[in-house]
Amino acid sequence: MSVIEAETQFGAGPGTVRPPLRARLADGLFGTKLNTAITIVTTAFLVWTVPSLLRWALIDATWSGTSADCAARAGACWAFIGTKLRFIFFAFYPPDLHWRPLFVILLLLALVTASVLPRFWNRGLLIAWFGAIGGSWLLMSGWPGGRIVPSNQWGGLPVTLLVWTVCFAVAMPLAVLLALARRSKMGGLRTLAIGYIELMRGTPMVAILYVAMLIVPMALPEGITLDKTFRAMIMIALFWAAYLAEVVRGGLQTIPPGQYEAATALGLGYWRSMQLVILPQALRVVIPGIVNLAIGFLLATSLLAVIGIFDLLNAAKASATDPKWLGFYDEAYLLVAAIYFTFCFVGSRYSRRLERRLSGRPQHGRG
Amino acid sequence: MTTHFDIAPGRRPGAFSRLAGWWGPRPLAQVAVIVAVIALFYGLGSTIAASMARIGISPGFDFLWRSANFEIGEQAISFKAGDTYARAMLVGVLNTLKVALLGCVLATVLGVFLGVAGLSGNLLLAGIVRWYIEIVRNTPLLLQLFFWISVAKALPAPRQALTLFDAVFLSGRGIYVPGPVVEGASVSTWLGLAAVVTAFVGSLVVSARRSQLGLKRALLVIPGAFIAAALVFRLGGASVQFEVPRLAGFNIRGGWSLSPEFAALLTGLTVKFSASIAEIVRAGIESVKQGQWEAARALGLHEGQIMRLVVLPQALRVITPLTTSNYLDLTKDSSLAVAIGYPDLVSVVNTTANTTGQAFEALIIMIAVYLALNLVLSALMNIYNNRVALRGGGPA
Repeated sequence: MSVIEAETQFGAGPGTVRPPLRARLADGLFGTKLNTAITIVTTAFLVWTVPSLLRWALIDATWSGTSADCAARAGACWAFIGTKLRFIFFAFYPPDLHWRPLFVILLLLALVTASVLPRFWNRGLLIAWFGAIGGSWLLMSGWPGGRIVPSNQWGGLPVTLLVWTVCFAVAMPLAVLLALARRSKMGGLRTLAIGYIELMRGTPMVAILYVAMLIVPMALPEGITLDKTFRAMIMIALFWAAYLAEVVRGGLQTIPPGQYEAATALGLGYWRSMQLVILPQALRVVIPGIVNLAIGFLLATSLLAVIGIFDLLNAAKASATDPKWLGFYDEAYLLVAAIYFTFCFVGSRYSRRLERRLSGRPQHGRG
Repeated sequence: MTTHFDIAPGRRPGAFSRLAGWWGPRPLAQVAVIVAVIALFYGLGSTIAASMARIGISPGFDFLWRSANFEIGEQAISFKAGDTYARAMLVGVLNTLKVALLGCVLATVLGVFLGVAGLSGNLLLAGIVRWYIEIVRNTPLLLQLFFWISVAKALPAPRQALTLFDAVFLSGRGIYVPGPVVEGASVSTWLGLAAVVTAFVGSLVVSARRSQLGLKRALLVIPGAFIAAALVFRLGGASVQFEVPRLAGFNIRGGWSLSPEFAALLTGLTVKFSASIAEIVRAGIESVKQGQWEAARALGLHEGQIMRLVVLPQALRVITPLTTSNYLDLTKDSSLAVAIGYPDLVSVVNTTANTTGQAFEALIIMIAVYLALNLVLSALMNIYNNRVALRGGGPA
């Protein structure tokens, strides 16, 4: 009896033989009357939409030529993307220096790829990140020796990636401190942390960006000016720290009290026990949560467009305002959507795999 | 009465020691941190005040009563150039509320539909829903809004408008749908209507409390409420007509018209949040163990009854808290309106900050409004959550 139960319990799990594809398709599409009806309606919907979409995107599309060629045909204007690709990726960065942002993109992407492979999780990676961010910044601005390009001329994908990585790197340690403060026994600090986290989480990011635009310049002492991108980055890092802090707090809550007691019994002080015992375990638990948040943050960088910073999305939008190529918004947005989708889809798949992997392995006994 | 304060000293810690216990270890270090934070804010504040003085702006909220010389494209209450900034802000708040409320309702409807469709067992439908969710979740909301506004603006002129059954019109000037239109309503009429709505909702809540809210009773109450509302309008001298939009000359008249910006924002918010609500609904229904279905089937319930009586009440425990944070996010994300030209609170605050220079005060108002909205919304959803949550202790 119990054997049969176990069989049915785990019947759908991996390792069991699934019915052949043909049978699953027949059952999934025409199993019941309702299912057949749904299949017919859905197919009708697909027949109605997909061919016209394909005709627009492929058959009637213009692949090369000028905007006049595009206007002559009904489909998509991929010639526009071909002409404007450089602008969408690099915005107003001087064209003869495009190798710099290209190098920065490749460097940051390589580091992101390395960071998602557990094999590279060590101190070296951390140092590489700080080096890469600093180096990218110097390279983009042209120091040392090169032609100086002020950051209000930066744009496109490198700005999106730089804002994303820098703000994340600044927000993470802040978030750990906030989470520790929120969990501490010290009432005053706890209240401060709660107030900060709730204030930030209750405010829209657009409002935070407006603070960066309008208030931060007023709050700086006279004579000191920071450019827009830099001000936005400060506020975004402060904003994201509140969200990250809640995820970290979730991780801290999963650590059994015995771990704290054991660390104290070993004679470790608060900071040593946090650094050596508690945080490594807590952060390990919340890695999938942090990855999910990082994906959300990448999508959120597009809000920079609201305050007129030419990130990837805003550069794409601006590319369709060229008088010679007016109004090809859909094509530009499709390209940008495809870029964001690729990053985020791969990221979310990775996060799901990581979740399974981390939960599959025993928490203790690194042996 | 006299034994009220009769607590033996020493039994319970006094107020001071309780405060000290709450305050915790390292009291002086904490005071130092707090003093440092206050000093930081004081420093920032005085620099801001100095900067404002340098530009020649006097701090304070007096500007709210000055007249605002800009127009607002959409208004729930009337607003014209020359009215006060306070009224302009109110119009912005109402516009935000309008799109957020409608967005929550529509996203929930679409999300529940998609969540159930994804579980339908039909491979084709489930596959389409899966891809819809992946695409919507993995592209930025702002990009989607830009896409929707460019679609809305690219619709044909009213005379060539796309139409559905000659009742719904999609044109570049806006979207027109059939709806009741009220004319000649005075303030007292609206107050009367508010009273009717309150009585209606109150009776529903009371009968739900006494668990007498059956489908029949609810169906009886609704026509009653409609008749009462119609009476209120008639007595107040207003007329209500259900109008279907029609093409008249070069324009479309009658019914409800949605501006392209409002339609784009509402569509974008609905689509974006329907995807996450669909995921939550799916997870919620899947969280109910298969054994529950089998037990209910053994009791002789049919599938619809199982869903309504057994699965949904349990799934709601998982669904409600997660949807709450979705509603909060939707309300906050409606602030992206400013990027596509819908005059929500952020957009009005931005205009106010630019025309008066009182950016600091205007932004404080904006943040305070969003925090208040958040608090109210999460308080309401918490009340609902307590109703659907498992009641601990004793047989429920």
